[in-house]
Amino acid sequence: MILRYEILKTYRKWRTYIGFLALFVLVPVVEIALKLEGGGMLRRMTRDIAQDFLLVGNLFNAYFVTYFIMNSLWVHVPFLITLVAGDQLAGEATGGTFRLILIRPVSRTRILWVKYVTTLFYVCTLIFTLALLSVGLGTFLFGLGDLLVPGRTLTVLPQTEMVWRMALAFALATLSMWCVASLAFLFSSLVENAIGPIIGTMAVIIGFIIITNIPLELFDAIKPYLFTTYFTVWQKAFEQPIPWATMARHAAILAGFCVGFYALTWYIFVRKDVLS
Amino acid sequence: MPMTSLGSEDVVLQTIELGKRYGRRWAVREASLEVRRGEVFGFLGPNGAGKSTTIRMILSLVHPTHGEVLLFEKPLRSQREEVLARVGGLVESADFYGYLSARKNLEIVGALRGGCSRDHIAEVLELVGLTQRADDKVKTFSHGMKQRLGIAQALLGWPEFIVLDEPTTGLDPHGIKEVRHLIRQLSTDRAITIFLSSHLLSEIEQTATSMAIINKGKVVVQGKVRDLLDDANSVVRLEASPMDKALAVVQQFPGVERIQSNGETIELKMPASAVAALNARLVHEGVQVHALIPRRSLEDYFLSITQGASEID
Repeated sequence: MILRYEILKTYRKWRTYIGFLALFVLVPVVEIALKLEGGGMLRRMTRDIAQDFLLVGNLFNAYFVTYFIMNSLWVHVPFLITLVAGDQLAGEATGGTFRLILIRPVSRTRILWVKYVTTLFYVCTLIFTLALLSVGLGTFLFGLGDLLVPGRTLTVLPQTEMVWRMALAFALATLSMWCVASLAFLFSSLVENAIGPIIGTMAVIIGFIIITNIPLELFDAIKPYLFTTYFTVWQKAFEQPIPWATMARHAAILAGFCVGFYALTWYIFVRKDVLS
Repeated sequence: MPMTSLGSEDVVLQTIELGKRYGRRWAVREASLEVRRGEVFGFLGPNGAGKSTTIRMILSLVHPTHGEVLLFEKPLRSQREEVLARVGGLVESADFYGYLSARKNLEIVGALRGGCSRDHIAEVLELVGLTQRADDKVKTFSHGMKQRLGIAQALLGWPEFIVLDEPTTGLDPHGIKEVRHLIRQLSTDRAITIFLSSHLLSEIEQTATSMAIINKGKVVVQGKVRDLLDDANSVVRLEASPMDKALAVVQQFPGVERIQSNGETIELKMPASAVAALNARLVHEGVQVHALIPRRSLEDYFLSITQGASEID
């Protein structure tokens, strides 16, 4: 009942649709650009191996472009998520509506949980839209085929396995984006305006990604403690064979970050004096 | 319609030495209030006196640094959900989800109270005169309409006790009159106990049966409005000429307890009911009366603290 109204509150907001709108611009632009480029990128990728191997079939297909688009999960999609997740608590403070909902016979613990579930649900819908849109439009523009996985080693995954591998990859991507949402949600509990959580979360993510990509020994030591390190978990769905143990461990770590961020948010929120 | 027969506790709200400290400053200190069933309790104080902080503590928005809130004789701290189910409130300005309709906003509040029927929501909208605008987005509402919707949401589920924080602020005279009428109606027709804050003594005087005055975070006066605003202790300001003759008259006038004069005006402590007789006597003695203004002592006191507060601002 309360959850239903919380979802209604979120999905009646214009802000919520910025993310979807951005995807409906980003995905077609990228896919149409790839279409116009006519597989040049794929040829460059396969230039060295094409001499030794005979590559057959439609490799420049929906799965390939989707794999390419999934790299937007690093910065672009997190940003769209923070727009909503960062507003979830701070927006109520800005609007003065905490005074409307927190004087009711419902515990703050419950209200916080409902808001968190709503935030995670939003992430699911956004990632689902991303998946549907890139595979769907990709199928229309490029057709289907085997997936040539970009990387140091040559992996070609048969088309027959792509449905479940894609589903698995997007499920793992959702988990890593839940992590982003949880962090923005945490920052959202601290302030009375959504701008702070949005900028704060993005600063953390970009900072962590930079650290992850600088090959310094010092940074290597802290990498395991940065949640962005595990954002690559979705790529494990396209390895052959799938490293199930590592994948499960990374997924568990991401879930642990979500739980940790949420627990901290709860600790802050139930003690907070509502002065807005 | 269930009337307020749920509870039989006589004391609806009790705060025990309630205090809130922000940093090193005490916003509220040792505030002990008692509101009994059926009362309209006026909580009076100048701006910044600690009214809102006290109300926020009563409605669990702010955690007290010291003391305790009891609602229906049960501690808010440990039985929050149970007691708040019997309370409605409006804290400061009436803020809503502007992008949703008035009706949807009430549905959201209703859901948090365990669900309200469509009919009940229509009923409270009708009561505050918003039936015509029920499906319009709240962001299109005027301040007065939002304020009325604020009262409507406080009434959802017909609570036994409602807390209204400055409900007439920003309303036009007609709106103020309507809200006061509604408050009296809720008290008499529905037997709802009402806690009402205001920075205007006249408002409390016109609507409340009991009252407390808070100043600089401390409750300074508390009691029945009838007793506190008893006109037996009025302070009357007199401007007349010639002054010496006027002084001679008031000194002999029965009922005058204390006289202070600064050469231009005379202040008298006397029953307000005798002011007309005093005026007749002065005129009869050939004194020209320029002004004769009775003020009750509480009013005088309240004015002195509000003026004191505004000087600080």
